[in-house]
Amino acid sequence: MRHLVLEDWSRKESWLHARDPRAKLMAAVALLLAIGTSPAGSPSRLAGYALLLLAGVIIADLPVRGVWLRACVVLPFAGVFGVLAWLAGEPGRAAAVGVKSYLSAWTLVLLAATTPLPALLRGLASFGVPRFLLIVIQLLYRYLFVIAEQAHHMRLAAASRGGGFRLRSRQGWRAGAGAVATLFARSHARAEAIHRAMLARGYRGEFPLASPPRFGLGDALLSLWASAAAAALRLA
Amino acid sequence: MHIPDGFLTVPVWAGLAAVSVPLVGVAARRAQGEAEENRIPLLGVMGAFVFGAQMVNFPLAPGTSGHLFGGALLACTLGPASAVVVMTAVLAIQALVFQDGGVLALGANVFNMALVGVVAGYLPYWLWGQGAGRDLAVATGGFLSVMASATLALTELRLSGVVIPPAALWLALGVFALNAVAEGLITLLVVRSLDRLHPGWIRRADAPRSAAVKTVLGASVALAVIGLAVASAAPDGLDRLAEELGISDRSRILWETPLSDYQARFLPPGWLQQAAAGLAGISLAGACVAAVAKLLSRRRSA
Amino acid sequence: MEPLIEVQGLHFRYDSGPEVLRGVNFRLFPGESVALLGPNGSGKTTFVLHLNGLLRGEGLVRVCGLPTRPEHLPSIRRKVGILFQDPDEQLFMPTVLEDAAFGPLNLGLDPPRALHAAQEALALTGMSAAWHKAPYHLSAGEKRRAALAGVLAMRPEILVLDEPTTYLDPPGRRELADLLRRLPQAKLVVTHDATFACATTTRAVFFREGRIESEGPTAELIRRLGWDERLPPAEPAP
Ligand SMILES: Nc1ncnc2c1ncn2[C@@H]1O[C@H](COP(=O)(O)OP(=O)(O)O)[C@@H](O)[C@H]1O
Ligand SMILES: [Mg+2]
Repeated sequence: MRHLVLEDWSRKESWLHARDPRAKLMAAVALLLAIGTSPAGSPSRLAGYALLLLAGVIIADLPVRGVWLRACVVLPFAGVFGVLAWLAGEPGRAAAVGVKSYLSAWTLVLLAATTPLPALLRGLASFGVPRFLLIVIQLLYRYLFVIAEQAHHMRLAAASRGGGFRLRSRQGWRAGAGAVATLFARSHARAEAIHRAMLARGYRGEFPLASPPRFGLGDALLSLWASAAAAALRLA
Repeated sequence: MHIPDGFLTVPVWAGLAAVSVPLVGVAARRAQGEAEENRIPLLGVMGAFVFGAQMVNFPLAPGTSGHLFGGALLACTLGPASAVVVMTAVLAIQALVFQDGGVLALGANVFNMALVGVVAGYLPYWLWGQGAGRDLAVATGGFLSVMASATLALTELRLSGVVIPPAALWLALGVFALNAVAEGLITLLVVRSLDRLHPGWIRRADAPRSAAVKTVLGASVALAVIGLAVASAAPDGLDRLAEELGISDRSRILWETPLSDYQARFLPPGWLQQAAAGLAGISLAGACVAAVAKLLSRRRSA
Repeated sequence: MEPLIEVQGLHFRYDSGPEVLRGVNFRLFPGESVALLGPNGSGKTTFVLHLNGLLRGEGLVRVCGLPTRPEHLPSIRRKVGILFQDPDEQLFMPTVLEDAAFGPLNLGLDPPRALHAAQEALALTGMSAAWHKAPYHLSAGEKRRAALAGVLAMRPEILVLDEPTTYLDPPGRRELADLLRRLPQAKLVVTHDATFACATTTRAVFFREGRIESEGPTAELIRRLGWDERLPPAEPAP
């Protein structure tokens, strides 16, 4: 699965990986703000952001081309609106929006590739995001692969019976809906079993969410430096 | 439609985030207080279920297929508050893990898909979900859920000054409508299968008694969706008209100063102007949602 | 000697379904290791869920003298550690270490002491090196041992294992058997695996249709019932 690569990256060891999730969140948001508010038609400024991100990728010891490819996920969306702007006679603007959304996606890839999701959630917790929501996200992430695999097997099974859910017919829709309902039922049963396993280990409604470690000097430096660089580029 | 970062202007994404954050907070508190004690694992696993369900393809037209989005289905099974939490969690994972949708744009995406998508998906079921009209209500919920989310996203993009020629806009609305019909049908088929597997999983709708309330609410939702669809299409019609009459090269202005169509002319030009216009629009949308939420909660406690 | 677990005349049905447990009588004594054998669907898992009050039927269930009433559940759940059949359902935290610390934290230990208990349990099951891994990245055998660590971290007096060899390859099974033999707790091992049962238990009870049909020393009971995996060898091709 394609996201597993990113998860592997996020478990590497580098100076950037070792930083506090809060510091990386602040740095990423500062960059996103700067990129998002940059007026179109300033290629040198956009190049500056790209250099900043490239430095991040190199410090984090990540494969540069791999990160670039990952950030391409926004291209379909940016492409559609880019073409529309082009048709409307605004090729320069179209390119600018495309580059801005690509740079933003690059920032997000860098954040996700240096911070495992549970750590990111701990960071968000100390920014005041409701714990209940974060615990739901954490459990979602834990069972995402398990249930996606289940859905994948069901799809394979249906395909090997000769139809798959792509059947261009009423049966195809029925079969698809049946598969979704079965997946729902299994997820329900799984939730039940997880709840039992939690109770068996003394769960009484208080779900532990580990707190992030101490915010150190390196963390402060990262968030300050990244914000300052982003702001300088934006205001230059 | 997951909006990435880099498309929305500051007033639009910030305004929508300012609306979404407290509403999701309310939903989380309400979901947490729900009677069943297995809520936490149930909501987490149901979020994973949404990802799994989205892997199941349904043929739409030759060469293309659609999938379940899930807002309406979750609302009918888990209840609206829990559905909002689950959909928010899904969107957060999509943004943070898959870079599908932006992080600054997360507030907007949550507003479109988790808040409005769920409320629009639940409303018909809540109003007419008992008795003979249930199937129609479920399907309508699915339709409204996707239609409302998609038109909202389009409107926000246009508010941010993204150029969308009229032809493309109508095409987009057509594609949304197709997906919305599919969502309605899939939601209905899945609900029927669940009926057979375990009827208890479909929530009983505790609708308001008065027919007048039902009619007014139903009509206002329908009007809101149709209005949004037309509003996101019409300004371009105006643009074209203006162009044909040779009044101005509007599309350039639209790019230079996003929101120019919505500007309050008496304000000084520039950022402040945009912000004021954007915030005004967003606050209006937020007020509508807050009113619906208030209504829902009053009904609940009554 | 007082039994650790005492069950008398236990009956249970799910909702309005048929009776799944139909009068179970069972005792587990300190230091004992008992195998629970029986066909699929005979109610073994249902029975196990009664031993720490996750399900409550009619009849008597006592753990260390305490009946499984709501007021005793916290201390009963501390005494009885259950290893469930599917480790994916038991490992619900993001990393192995956090999962092992879940029980101790619920027992009210402060975070450093809970982490210490978790690390000890991981060392016991040979999972110390994988403490930072996400459960999704573990092999079947590692998942089983990580889940067991989560149970052991609560320092239970009784271990109940529901089909612990599912998904394990032969070396994994042998490793698990070695590990169980080293643990001092009284054990109830639900299993289809005759070799594993013989290796880890001395006494066995045989479940059929919701009650204990027969019991005896493990090897002898298995032989008497023919309840093992032996099949005639394949004929060589002519
Ligand atoms: N949650 C449940 N709801 C209804 N019936 C159940 C449930 N769990 C198990 N059963 C039924 O109870 C019987 C015993 O199941 P179980 O205890 O899992 O057997 P075993 O573990 O011996 O295979 C089976 O017929 C099964 O279908
Ligand atoms: Mg079983």
